[in-house]
Amino acid sequence: MTSIAFHRVTKWYPRYHHVMKGLKHSLLHPVDTIRGFRAEGFLALDNVSFEIARGEAVGFIGANGSGKSTTLGLMAGVLAPHTGEVIAQGRVAPLLELGSGFHFDLTGRENIFINGILLGLTRRQVQERFEDIVRFSELEKFLDQPLRTYSTGMVARLAFSIAAHLDPDILLIDEILSVGDLHFQVKCRKKIDEFRRRGVTIILVSHASGDIRALCDRVIWLEAGRIAAQGPSGEVLAAYEQAQSREMEGVLRPTGT
Amino acid sequence: MIANLVLNSMTGRESDRSTSREYLRDLILVLTQKEVQVRYRNTWLGYAWSLLHPLTFAIVYYIAFGVIMRVPIDNYAGFLIVGLFPWQWISQALGTAPNIFLANASLVKKVNFPWNALVVSTVGNFGVQFVLSLPVMAGTALWYGSSPSFAWLIGIPVLAVIQFATLYGLSLAIACTNLFFRDLDRLVSLAIAFLFFLTPITYSVRMVPAGYEPLLILNPVAPIMLSWQQLFLSGRFLWPSFAAAVVIATVSVWFGTWLYGRLSLRFAEVI
Repeated sequence: MTSIAFHRVTKWYPRYHHVMKGLKHSLLHPVDTIRGFRAEGFLALDNVSFEIARGEAVGFIGANGSGKSTTLGLMAGVLAPHTGEVIAQGRVAPLLELGSGFHFDLTGRENIFINGILLGLTRRQVQERFEDIVRFSELEKFLDQPLRTYSTGMVARLAFSIAAHLDPDILLIDEILSVGDLHFQVKCRKKIDEFRRRGVTIILVSHASGDIRALCDRVIWLEAGRIAAQGPSGEVLAAYEQAQSREMEGVLRPTGT
Repeated sequence: MIANLVLNSMTGRESDRSTSREYLRDLILVLTQKEVQVRYRNTWLGYAWSLLHPLTFAIVYYIAFGVIMRVPIDNYAGFLIVGLFPWQWISQALGTAPNIFLANASLVKKVNFPWNALVVSTVGNFGVQFVLSLPVMAGTALWYGSSPSFAWLIGIPVLAVIQFATLYGLSLAIACTNLFFRDLDRLVSLAIAFLFFLTPITYSVRMVPAGYEPLLILNPVAPIMLSWQQLFLSGRFLWPSFAAAVVIATVSVWFGTWLYGRLSLRFAEVI
């Protein structure tokens, strides 16, 4: 069963900087502004198609600006494709980067409710899962302390624990697995394995191949908005690493010397 | 299609309508609660501050306009206080509006919840502060010789709802536009300064020269302000102002929602 499908998806960003440069610029150069609005743009995804089955763990790899974040945004439904079609079945849960959606003056308890609800649960659903979330995070003792007293690792634990109890159909992870101590990282891996057994689709975006190799069976390598390669993790990551090291050599030994 | 998008954006992702209504309610409640909690935590004078600000300005204007310029209004101090509390709600909501989505950039970029709930909670937070200051307004009115009237029981909640709707619509429109047009932030703070003196708060509507009176209609918050003053100072509903305030609130919510529906799919691109 298909969980996520992209059919010939093109995402094109108009250059908003003309307007964002400010009122004065827009008013003084109206023609420039309108022309800039129409002509300029940035092609973030260029006619990309792929399908991801339910329960698959797929990694997206590529350099900055290759379209990884755009892909994630389209899956989460915060972006709309310019042309083409994006299908994502079921509840999509993004694993948020450190601290977003948290308020650091409020306690861990209060933040669990705020974050859970922002991510799509009702208050009653958070209440039902509260014990499990707290137990998983191992933060019982700090629950009524304001979040600003937490260490970075503790905040990450809380964030992962909430995301892990959303009952998502699709979990979107934007490289944050490396946070937290080893003990908690192992726990995260176990939880993700459990998700996979339950048929949760996992999307991991990274420009480091380590996490992807450990978690994903399939990798899609994006380059300048297109799929450069896709297939079993081992093969694609090997090709990607090779391309990277070639690039590195080019820098170290400039041509012509 | 746009109508569909607006509907989707308002009701969230759940297909089940009853769940989604419950969800929307919880979302708004929790976000508003958070705003209120954050405001009052870590400040001993939390509640006092929301009173001190308007009261301080009441003293300032009383000295400048009452004592020195001798504005011919009976019970001028009472008149100022009754106007300054609703005004504080207006100026705080509109002043915060440009940054509502920007302050939550990381959420808007990643999570597809009804983002307009952030506007509801911001306007709601300042509304809660206003409601908490109602005893002071009522006390002031009583001190200056108004008698408590039954009109208050109906009038206060009705006017509060109208003011909330007006501010929600305006704030939503401002918050959306500011993402694409960052100058708006500065323009809004100037506009608020203008609006204050174009609204009958330090002067009464009777002092406006005959030819300029119709211009008050162009001020979206003048009718609601007149309604508050009339309600507290004479215990009556001022029907023409009230009707105008209802129309403005409706237009404001419609416009804000329309703009949000048009622009929200672009938010994550520009934020």
